[in-house]
Amino acid sequence: MAEWNKPLPQMDPESKPFWEACRRHELYLQQCQACGTHYYYPRQTCPACLSSDVRWVKLSGRGQVYTFTVTYQHAGAGFRDHLPFVLGYVELEGTNGVKMLTNIVDCEPQSVTIGMPVQVTFVDVNEEIAIPLFKPMSDE
Amino acid sequence: MQFSRQAAIVGVHEHETRWAPDKTAFQIATESARAALADAGLTSNDVDGYFTAGVDGMAPALMCDHLNIRPKVVDSTSIGGTSFLAHAAHAVSAIATGRCEVALITYGSTAASHSVAVGTRGRYGVEIPEQYELPYGVTTVGAYAMCAQRHMYEFGTTSAQLAEIAVTFRRHAVLNPYAKYREPITVDDVLASRVISSPLHLLDCCIISDGGGAVVVTSAARARDCAKPPVWILGAGETVFHPEAGKRDFLRMAASQTAPIAFAQAGVTHDDIDMCMIYDSFSITVMMTLENLGFCKLGDGGAFVSGGRLALGGALPTNTDGGGMSSNHPGMRGIFLMIEATKQLRGECGERQVPDCKLALAHGTGGALGTRHGGVTLILGRD
Repeated sequence: MAEWNKPLPQMDPESKPFWEACRRHELYLQQCQACGTHYYYPRQTCPACLSSDVRWVKLSGRGQVYTFTVTYQHAGAGFRDHLPFVLGYVELEGTNGVKMLTNIVDCEPQSVTIGMPVQVTFVDVNEEIAIPLFKPMSDE
Repeated sequence: MQFSRQAAIVGVHEHETRWAPDKTAFQIATESARAALADAGLTSNDVDGYFTAGVDGMAPALMCDHLNIRPKVVDSTSIGGTSFLAHAAHAVSAIATGRCEVALITYGSTAASHSVAVGTRGRYGVEIPEQYELPYGVTTVGAYAMCAQRHMYEFGTTSAQLAEIAVTFRRHAVLNPYAKYREPITVDDVLASRVISSPLHLLDCCIISDGGGAVVVTSAARARDCAKPPVWILGAGETVFHPEAGKRDFLRMAASQTAPIAFAQAGVTHDDIDMCMIYDSFSITVMMTLENLGFCKLGDGGAFVSGGRLALGGALPTNTDGGGMSSNHPGMRGIFLMIEATKQLRGECGERQVPDCKLALAHGTGGALGTRHGGVTLILGRD
């Protein structure tokens, strides 16, 4: 397990399938079966049409950086000892433009650019939770 | 539908303090209420509507207890630092429908003397969406910085253009004896200050101070008997923006929705506005707000704020009190936007007075631009 003293998500009935997939190191998003909308964050009613006919779909885990910030100051425990770090939105492949808030890791913070191709990576923080982060796309 | 001068701001007070370790937040709010009521020629016995934000728990009950009032209308709408502008809009509705006649809005905070890291403490709480945000360390400044980064990418906006906003408002603060920071700064000073969350530098960020204020709104009939000339609330628009289930572009903000409503209600256009009060949590907030309000096209903000346009003497004097980056920012600045706009419309601003100021626009952005924010536009005018 990685050392993790940052806030943890609190699983609830609507988020449980998302976090369970992350635990398996798979990134899932919901798509409404009534209107076709992909969306994030997870919820059991479609935010476009309020249908309950929503389905979990597995993503490739690839995407590109939509925007980001290199954080140099953070007063919170778990973050102030790991500065600087990159906070950003990643536009997820295969979702018709859905953006997800995350951290860009495994690279020099100053090397991150908008449009940079990235892929999901997971950090196991306890028996139940793995946090999805993104790292630069490898060349392989 | 036009507001038709149904309600007016008749009393305002901005607490002079910027550092008050010897006071409570409730005390600052109450002292402000006393002064704003006196400004209007009213007393706490006249108050029958009460509005506040920034107080946890049963906010109106706690503050009404402290003020010892029993109003007929209470409202603690909480959409970030702009909340008080929403309260003013709600007060107009309550007054227009006869539910109350004298509405008191108060705010008090000891953020600075209690060492609250307003912008960098990280978001907190356990609401449903936050489980997808908190593990990543989003801060208030970080959420705005991501919008700034995208703005630069899309439109070529520069750090120097953002810096000019901070420099201009500091020049205004020099003229405000109560402002916390009154030493002039240059664009180079802003660019040389440390980066807090790229691309925003320290001097692109609002300060942290103590402070508070109060505003009194009343009916047209009652306003005629007040001590000061009425400042009419001519138009108001409010909304909340959020990530739109992943689809938001982070360049459009609440102001794009609230401004057309407020302008239509007031029956005026951008060219009619003599001065603006724009919530300047960060320099980027001002640039994007001016674009989203429609003072310039989306993406033209960098050029728009250049050349002294926002300075006293410029085409659109903005944040004449020095704003949140220089004068005061106790965590929720919205109430000060109404207070300074009212003083400008009354001609009470001395050295920093906008000549013949007849119409002012105040727009508050509260919360975090890159996650969820509230936005309220008010258009205010004198007789």
